[in-house]
Amino acid sequence: MARAATTADAFNAVAEPRRRQILDALAGGERPVNDLVRQLGLAQPQVSKHLRVLREVGAVDVRDEGRQRLYRLNGHALKPIHDWVKGYERLWSERFDELDVVLEELKRQEEGHDRDDR
Amino acid sequence: MTEMTGSRAAKVTLPTDEQILVTREFDAPKHLVYKAWTTPELVGRWWHANRGEVSQIDIDLRVGGKWRYVMVAEGGFEVGFHGEYREVVPNERIVYTEVYEGMPEGVDAEAEAALNTLTLDEVDGRTTVTILTEHRNREGRDAHINSGMEDGLQDALDLLEEVANSLR
Repeated sequence: MARAATTADAFNAVAEPRRRQILDALAGGERPVNDLVRQLGLAQPQVSKHLRVLREVGAVDVRDEGRQRLYRLNGHALKPIHDWVKGYERLWSERFDELDVVLEELKRQEEGHDRDDR
Repeated sequence: MTEMTGSRAAKVTLPTDEQILVTREFDAPKHLVYKAWTTPELVGRWWHANRGEVSQIDIDLRVGGKWRYVMVAEGGFEVGFHGEYREVVPNERIVYTEVYEGMPEGVDAEAEAALNTLTLDEVDGRTTVTILTEHRNREGRDAHINSGMEDGLQDALDLLEEVANSLR
């Protein structure tokens, strides 16, 4: 039975490179599984396995249309990952903006010393 | 600060289940980046990221030497990290362990230490900094990620962004 998706589960589901490829492919719109098999160049059982992991964390939804199974991206499940990466990027960006100030000062000091040496 | 330096954002990616990679370019040669990264008084000026007051920066920069950074966030909440240097190549690379001191009760924080590799790569006087954080397992990586979410950092950041936008 599928567990309730936690943030950590979604991270793990998305960390696998092949699964990221599948998500990228689905970002362009709903796709039948055969399309994904062709695009990724993997055997169908492998693609199905990855799709199952993604479904378990809610990252993709599936529906049957005639004889085809159509998969689509569920952005809502990926939001925790997006939010964490963005938050972590902001933390380091602000840290690095402060580091820029320190580095400008060190550069000026160094140039000052060069002039003194002449 | 010039507009150009202020707008360069850090890039964060998740290369594998256990890794977090942070990258950013600086308009300075690597020996100055190294100096700013390894001199306690200088680290104290940028490590806070505007999230609080830095209260302690200890750096014993040699293989086997210990480090500890502590910040007091708003509301008096203390955030500490410590670890040990494993490899020190001046102006090039530092490999060090990192332990987050706010792990939940019952978690062996030392056993969950992440291994960080700081790399400085200079081209034409500009230095690309990469920090690769490698956790021992997914649980460690998840704890890292969840610690950032649970302390309300996101709310604080959103608020900060709103304030910053209103000042434009």
